[in-house]
Amino acid sequence: MAVKKPAGSPNVSAEALKGYYRDMLLIRRFEEKAGQLYGMGLIGGFCHLYIGQEAVVVGLEAAAEPGDKRITSYRDHGHMLACGMDPGGVMAELTGRSGGLSKGKGGSMHMFSKEKHFYGGHGIVGAQVPLGAGLAFADKYLENGRVTFAYFGDGAANQGQIYETFNMAALWKLPCIFVIENNQYAMGTAQRRSTSTPDLYTRGQAFGIPGEAVDGMDVLAVKAAGDKAVAHARAGEGPYILEIKTYRYRGHSMSDPAKYRTREEVQKIRDEKDAIEHVRDLLVAGGHATEDDLKAIDKEIKEIVNAAADFARESPEPDLSELWTDIYA
Amino acid sequence: MATEILMPALSPTMEEGTLAKWLVKAGDTVKAGDILAEIETDKATMEFEATDEGVVGALLVAAGTEGVKVNTPIATMLADGEVAGAAPAPVAAPVPAAPKAAAVASAPVAVTPKASPDWAPGTEMKKQTVREALRDAISEEMRRDGTVFLMGEEVGEYQGAYKISQGLLDEFGPKRIIDTPITEMGFAGIATGASFAGLRPIVEFMTFNFAMQAIDHIINSAAKTLYMSGGQMGAPMVFRGPNGAAARVGAQHSQDYAAWYAQIPGLRVVMPYSASDYKGLMKTAIRDPNPVVFLENEILYGKTFEVPVLDDFTIPFGKARIWREGSDVTIVSFGIGMTYALEAAERLAKDGISAEVVDLRTLRPIDYDTVIASVMKTNRCVTVEEGWPVGAIGNHLSAVIMERAFDYLDAPVLNLTGKDVPMPYAANLEKHALVTTDEVVAAVHKVTYR
Repeated sequence: MAVKKPAGSPNVSAEALKGYYRDMLLIRRFEEKAGQLYGMGLIGGFCHLYIGQEAVVVGLEAAAEPGDKRITSYRDHGHMLACGMDPGGVMAELTGRSGGLSKGKGGSMHMFSKEKHFYGGHGIVGAQVPLGAGLAFADKYLENGRVTFAYFGDGAANQGQIYETFNMAALWKLPCIFVIENNQYAMGTAQRRSTSTPDLYTRGQAFGIPGEAVDGMDVLAVKAAGDKAVAHARAGEGPYILEIKTYRYRGHSMSDPAKYRTREEVQKIRDEKDAIEHVRDLLVAGGHATEDDLKAIDKEIKEIVNAAADFARESPEPDLSELWTDIYA
Repeated sequence: MATEILMPALSPTMEEGTLAKWLVKAGDTVKAGDILAEIETDKATMEFEATDEGVVGALLVAAGTEGVKVNTPIATMLADGEVAGAAPAPVAAPVPAAPKAAAVASAPVAVTPKASPDWAPGTEMKKQTVREALRDAISEEMRRDGTVFLMGEEVGEYQGAYKISQGLLDEFGPKRIIDTPITEMGFAGIATGASFAGLRPIVEFMTFNFAMQAIDHIINSAAKTLYMSGGQMGAPMVFRGPNGAAARVGAQHSQDYAAWYAQIPGLRVVMPYSASDYKGLMKTAIRDPNPVVFLENEILYGKTFEVPVLDDFTIPFGKARIWREGSDVTIVSFGIGMTYALEAAERLAKDGISAEVVDLRTLRPIDYDTVIASVMKTNRCVTVEEGWPVGAIGNHLSAVIMERAFDYLDAPVLNLTGKDVPMPYAANLEKHALVTTDEVVAAVHKVTYR
């Protein structure tokens, strides 16, 4: 399936495009492996996979500069990998081991990295949005020129605290990009059954926050929108809303009966809209990469993911003394 | 017959005020709505308006008089046919200017407390209200650390709903004294996020009743992040505001959250009684690298205590203060409960019962050792708090005392709490809903069997 570069997409180098392909593939393979480990009983509790939505974080990370911040909900593995956090550390956190990024005490939903400016990993739907605006508040206070990406889903978009945050973010011109990852289902509730108006990007209108809808299955479109939003926020113009229309291939979490949508619906998106296939086609059709080049990337990713899984299996469980640490600083 | 104009109550907790300025004089004709005087409470300066038209007969209280009790006649209005100016406006403060200490109904009783462990003997002391001590603590810390800021409803231009932040906007500007919209969940979340990124926010809740809108951020976002991140990042911040019953403000505005927050690992919980503790513990709270819930009390804001004059006065968390030593019973309390504990101890002393009064000051951590040592000495214990009886701080202390000092007890530990009802509005019912000094005295008689 040859896909033409969509109109209005940024001109990115072949190297950059290959990089997006690689980063998206890493997320997908990582998540597939996490699903396997879950099935083997090595990962417990909740595990929310990002498969299908990879272009969102990879496109926006391409628009970020070093030092910019990001915060998201519990479907967070993709965000962590995209901002460069160690796959072994993420996977070992999923298995609850001492080598995990939170020493095994956070789990799938709760990881953080000061170094990569990743502020979690939050389990209460919508709570990360005021927290994200708070990160932006700190950047504005410290006058450091940084911006924050605050990610949330179409489900969280109906939480009241989002609108409290929009109001203050606009009032105080916080350098915050509100990213609504609209994967069309709030757990098992389709957007049309939960949401009075479908266009979530207009939700900032009442507060004077500009917003736009973006094709989240097209990494270049996401990057272009991200560039625009970042420029707006970094220029001191205040927050910006991106509603990125995407699709989650897997269940809400691992124990999803999938009764709320058909197998055909999922398959159709996979066949016609898959974000990774799209970039693969751009690379091959544009003559930017050969099948061998792509195979080499596939192999590299496979090795990274296998190494992460091995580390996650071999890393010891946290020492019992860890129960009592990190409660107070 | 002239009608009297009485000193008005301008806030739920106002007991007295200053008649700052008269805007009328004897013989003036006034209409309803005309401003008669400016009256200063401990919270604000307010204009006092005429409610009826008429002619001012005499001004009974001179401008500038402090400590004028609510309902004291301050002027007369003439009835038809009466002539103004018979009595000149008084120049001094006659009858109504009651001595300040006496006007404060439940000021700390005049006992000589045990020397404070928080400053050296001989330290210079000054008298300060809890409100002034808090304001000093916040402004001293804001001068010391540029990452400290204050955020909340009416903290800036209004000068604080309870005047804690009075003057801070002038000194620190709108970047650091931030008026928020009425959106507790939103601004508590924003402040918590800012703390993740290295700032040190002080969040003022106008009262802790409204913090229920924000409690998810206090507990799930602020208290747990250090643990969930394996120690990588936490929330160095203070959530503060008045907690517990004020006076006659009804069920939704009168609740003590001490036991709620004291349950949460990851939080520090502070609930001081005296002005020196407010000051020293607030400074510690602002510097603490953890989220601190600082539970204040509106009725205590106006109370005056001795505060040490020290350049940098802090009090560590987890150290109880023994206010008076005793040998027959230990009364443990904190916050406004100390008012009843100390009053009861004074009355009991007259009955020949010697009560040791322990102020916990912080509820997370709790200074168990001081409580246990005291109970081992007195063999009896009564706990006093304003919150509800189920899952009260006193319940927890009873359990700890049973575990650690069972063989020392000569009587069951009694927990005095607020009654198990929503707060009623009627004055008599409200009084009974709260813990009372009489109940503390009765409980001590019960555990001492005399």
